[in-house]
Amino acid sequence: MKQWISLVLCACLAVSLCGLPAYAADDRIEVTEDISVSADYDWTRFAGKNVTLNVYNWGEYISNGSDESVDVVSAFEQLTGIRLNYTTFDSNETMYAKIKSGAANYDVIVPSDYMVAKMAAEGMLAELDLENIPNLALIDEEYKNRDFDPGNRYSVPYMWCTTGIIYNTTMVETAPQRWADLWNEEYAGSILMFNNSRDAYAIGAFKLGQSINPDTVEEMAAVMDELKAQKPLVQAYVMDEIFDKMEGGEAAVGVYYSGDAITMIDDNPDLAWVFPEEGVNLSIDNLCVPATSQNREAAEMFINYLCEVDVGVANCDFIGYSTPSSAVREQLDEELSESPIAYPADEVLANAQVFTNLSDEINDELDVQWSEMKSYNEGGNAYAMLFLLAAGVLLAGFNIWRKLRKKMRNDY
Amino acid sequence: MKLNNRKLAAPYLVWMVLFTVVPLLIVVYYAFTNVEGAFTLENLARVGGYGSVFVRSLLLALEATVLCLILAFPVAYFLSRLRASKQHIMLMLVMLPMWMNFLLRTYAWMGLLSVNGPINTLLGFLGLGPYTMLNTAGAVVLGMVYNYVPYMILPLYTSMTKIDASIVEAAQDLGANVRQTLVRILIPLSVPGICTGITMVFVPSVSTFAISRMLGGGANLLIGDLIEMQFLGNSYNLNVGSAMSLVLMVIVLLCMSFTSSFDEDEMEGVM
Repeated sequence: MKQWISLVLCACLAVSLCGLPAYAADDRIEVTEDISVSADYDWTRFAGKNVTLNVYNWGEYISNGSDESVDVVSAFEQLTGIRLNYTTFDSNETMYAKIKSGAANYDVIVPSDYMVAKMAAEGMLAELDLENIPNLALIDEEYKNRDFDPGNRYSVPYMWCTTGIIYNTTMVETAPQRWADLWNEEYAGSILMFNNSRDAYAIGAFKLGQSINPDTVEEMAAVMDELKAQKPLVQAYVMDEIFDKMEGGEAAVGVYYSGDAITMIDDNPDLAWVFPEEGVNLSIDNLCVPATSQNREAAEMFINYLCEVDVGVANCDFIGYSTPSSAVREQLDEELSESPIAYPADEVLANAQVFTNLSDEINDELDVQWSEMKSYNEGGNAYAMLFLLAAGVLLAGFNIWRKLRKKMRNDY
Repeated sequence: MKLNNRKLAAPYLVWMVLFTVVPLLIVVYYAFTNVEGAFTLENLARVGGYGSVFVRSLLLALEATVLCLILAFPVAYFLSRLRASKQHIMLMLVMLPMWMNFLLRTYAWMGLLSVNGPINTLLGFLGLGPYTMLNTAGAVVLGMVYNYVPYMILPLYTSMTKIDASIVEAAQDLGANVRQTLVRILIPLSVPGICTGITMVFVPSVSTFAISRMLGGGANLLIGDLIEMQFLGNSYNLNVGSAMSLVLMVIVLLCMSFTSSFDEDEMEGVM
């Protein structure tokens, strides 16, 4: 009987403890002097359980305490008692290859729009339990429910940016206005293009007024022909090398992402940015949980944490990309929150297109044509291979002949 | 345990089987199968479509190898004729660049060759230029030569130190002029070094991808870039990528069998 009473008492105690607000009247928990998070969330449920989250993010894509920034990573560890194992990648495709190979186990990844669609279609993403991510409400409607993930079943927007043209005002007579200007002889030899097939394709598609997500191979071939025609004018196909080349005045006109353009213009005030008239590519990077994750709930907690206003502000300050949350934008320095590059006018965004996943057939064909375009200035494909085979056979024949001759000599 | 006990090689043998032989077999498997795992020759047929890239890679690597040989031969000869103490210092100088990271050195060339770079600035003082040097096939060859020339000098030097000075003197005493000494004495006696050097420069040159990316401006695609695109590119096609690697391996094997056939008898302690 006594046991029963004590059990009931224990139960009452437990219920009353749970019922009590874990944190007093103030609805914010101050983690560090820069970061306080909503108290209306059970942040500590994994404390002391020795949980480690493997986070796989783009390089330089979180405020991690370097350059005297706010360290949101250690603040999360302090808040929740969850350890973060943070690693980085440099392209969606690298990240995809690593997850696909199954060689590594991650809990939170940050794919871009089209990669979310691709991974979701292949069953590589876990469906999110939005109950655990109440801060999704802080994200603006226009970044939710996009074609690549209707209803945000798999992804929560993290950052976004657009593409556009960056140019050196001292090196061009007339400023570029449109994507089509990248085919202008005036800039011959000083144009920098994207060295990745999807982004480069989008530019050709905008010029022709087509969708940046081709449905048919014919549609794609037309755009690739444009890129081939542009090749003699292009100085180089680059990715991050563009920072040095634009800042150093090596090239006059380049195409890149708005978030990075802000950094470049900071370093070289001669540079200017333009949103081409034909439209821009709006690219949204998203927080997702891979299907193989063993700590989904903790991963969702981390995603929720990244959506907190203070954390978002720290990240935006550090990264320079645009936030999908108005609440975060309002807290930013005016220089950044009112930047016409980071937050373009509505008419620019009205014209923006977002990447979606392409079918395997189109993806394959895109890569074939892309590499063909890049090796295009040398003709005679079929003959070249024949020449190669002939050279190989000749070489082998010569070897055999030498061996035979040597053997005959030795026989004497 | 006797020192010639074969079991001593076991750790390395296990290592080699695990990390060389097995991966090679996996590459072969992928090259001859499709996504479903069924046998197919389609991957190899698709590699044929990239013939121009293969030819370009081979030609550029060939140019780089020949340039390395021309540059390295006299250097190696004079090195081998120096006093022993000086030889050590000079050899160290040859190897010095290799102490720095390969990517870093190539990156430095990017700055040097650029339109606003130091080379063009210097030429500007002389009233020349500016020349477009970066993002050309020439820049790629330069990058290869710069990075791989030590691999040509070292084997050449090793084989030349074995040439007795008295042999050269004898040739000259018997009336051979400089050209004859070179063609009939020095070159034949350094064939093992030449062969090793050619292999050690040609093979990395033909498969490089970082150099063409940085100095070729992404427009001078090489086999290495192509293979990288299959594994880390938009299409993610392991099978075609493996088929390309296989073709590349066959090319390299052919090249090695060609060079090694020259020095089967003379080859000793160089490789």
